[in-house]
Order: sequence, then C-alpha cells, then structure tokens
Amino acid sequence: MNIEDIKRSENKVYSRPELLNDSPMHYCPGCSHGVVHKLVAEVIKEMGQEDNSIGIAPVGCAVFAYKYIDIDWIEAAHGRAPAVATGAKRLSPDRLVFTYQGDGDLAAIGTAETIHAANRGENIAIIFINNAIYGMTGGQMAPTTLEGQKTATTPYGRRVDLNGYPLKISDLLARLEGTCYVTRQTVHNPASVRKTKAAIRRAFENSLKGRGTSVVEVVSTCSSGWKMTPEKANEWMVENMVPFYPLGDLKNTAE
Amino acid sequence: MAKVIGAVDISRERCKGCNLCVVACPTDVLALQAKEVNDRGYHFAYAADPEKCIGCASCALVCPDACIEVYRVVEK
Repeated sequence: MNIEDIKRSENKVYSRPELLNDSPMHYCPGCSHGVVHKLVAEVIKEMGQEDNSIGIAPVGCAVFAYKYIDIDWIEAAHGRAPAVATGAKRLSPDRLVFTYQGDGDLAAIGTAETIHAANRGENIAIIFINNAIYGMTGGQMAPTTLEGQKTATTPYGRRVDLNGYPLKISDLLARLEGTCYVTRQTVHNPASVRKTKAAIRRAFENSLKGRGTSVVEVVSTCSSGWKMTPEKANEWMVENMVPFYPLGDLKNTAE
Repeated sequence: MAKVIGAVDISRERCKGCNLCVVACPTDVLALQAKEVNDRGYHFAYAADPEKCIGCASCALVCPDACIEVYRVVEK
C-alpha cells in the first residue's frame, strides 16, 4: 500500500481541531499553551458546546487566546478573569463559562479574584497554566517559581529568605468549600495529554451542571523563559516541577 | 497477523521546529530538516522514515501548533 492510498479522509485518525482558527499561534516553539488550546478546542467540539461557550482570556502569554479558538471570548483585565466569568455565568447560567489563566494572572495579581470566585462556588471552570515564570514579560520570578530556580529577577536562584516560598495555589483552592474538582496535570507526553483532556472535559461538565468551581492546573514549560530547548524544558519540568507540584486529583467531590 | 500502517501529514509552514514530535514518536519516523527552513525560518519536521509509521498519533497529540494530521490503515 503506497502512502497516497493511506492518506485518504476515511483513514484519518487525527486532524487539526475544527475550532482552531487558521491564524498561526504567536507562542514560542514547544510552548505548552498550544497543546492546551488544542485540547480546549477539541473538548468544546466533542461536547457540542461551540455555540454555547464563553471563554475569559487573561493577560499574559495567553492574552490572544480569543484569536485562536473560534468561540465567544471576553478579554478580562489582568487577574480579573474569575470575576468576569462570575458575571458571565450568573447572567447566562446555561452557558459553559471558563477562564484560561497563567500563573502570573491567577496566582499573583488575580489571587483575590481566584480565591473568592472559588470560595463562592461559582459554576465556572478555571484552566491554570503553571510554568513557574512570567513568560510574557521576559522570564521574571513568579509566585510559583521553585526554590533555587534562576529567572531574570532571581539570577542566583529564588531564595526563600528573600522571596518567600513557591505558592501551591491549587492546594489552597482544593481546601475551599466552593470547589468541586481540583486537579493537576501536565502535557509533556501523549499519555499526559490524554489525561489533561479528560480533566478539562470533566471541569467543563461541572460548569454546565452547576456543581461548583473546577480548577485544572497544567504544570507547563516555558522553554524561552527557562532558556532551554523544548525537549530539555520537558525533562527539567518532570525532574523539578513535578516533585514539588505532584500530579493527580487534589479534590473531586463527584467521586 | 494484521499489520498497521500509518502516515503523517505535517504542515510545513505551521511547524515551528520544536522537536517535540520527534521525541514523542515511538518508531523514530520523524526528524527535523537539517538545512531546509520554512518561510518563518524554522527547521520544520518531516517524515524521514515514513515506512515505519504506525499511525499512533503520539506526534500529533504533543504538537503545540496542531500541524500534524495522522492516517492509519489496518491491513489484514
């Protein structure tokens, strides 16, 4: 069988998600954001919610998320995505409302909004990309930066006595009564991509069924900010990030 | 025994040459172009050894720019 016979539409097992726009993403090569965007587009399509979804775009690298996925979006002020999502969900309770935030947006400037939205048990899904650095502004230290990790503002590594401890905000959110599902995943290999997709789907279903706030933290890489190749960044993440941010469900009240 | 044959279609212009698909491929089908670049100057990925492809879609799953499409045929 020659290659042209194999490449027929009936034999296609994986294609580009229909909800992804044609515009090329501005992310650096190997950025985890691209994978998560793809999963969000796939899950929304599979759930048949393409006309019923409202995404809240953050400030940070994912600020242009609205350009890439063909659904309704609202661009929130820095860190205020959960507050905007609260308004959207309360006005349109039948819609699937989710925020897409990085660690600078969710765990630094938006800590108050995040914690209070989760504490009120708003029926929204929060997708949280944790790459332990401020990627968009040039690789400065974030609250989630690991101890000893070198960034633009901690050139000798993060010092706990000077900069405090890395913030495990998902653990904090899991303690709140309002959250129904808090999980931590990665997207560094095919198996973890599948798991993350299932987690995003569960979070979106929770939003539609009004079960409370769902948080999907995706421990990610920032190869440009970490100054590594994408492949090395994945290895570094598995060696250093995963032991500190252990993977798996932190809370699942449905089970 | 049934034999699984696969094929990949990689969008040359969309690829940013991050190498993640090359790492993810279990049968070492893919490689980055050593000298050739696309319009944006990236050494794009291509099927260097297409005969070995089993259509598992691992490359497509990890591709951040969604530039890989996968086909699979089971030959009986």
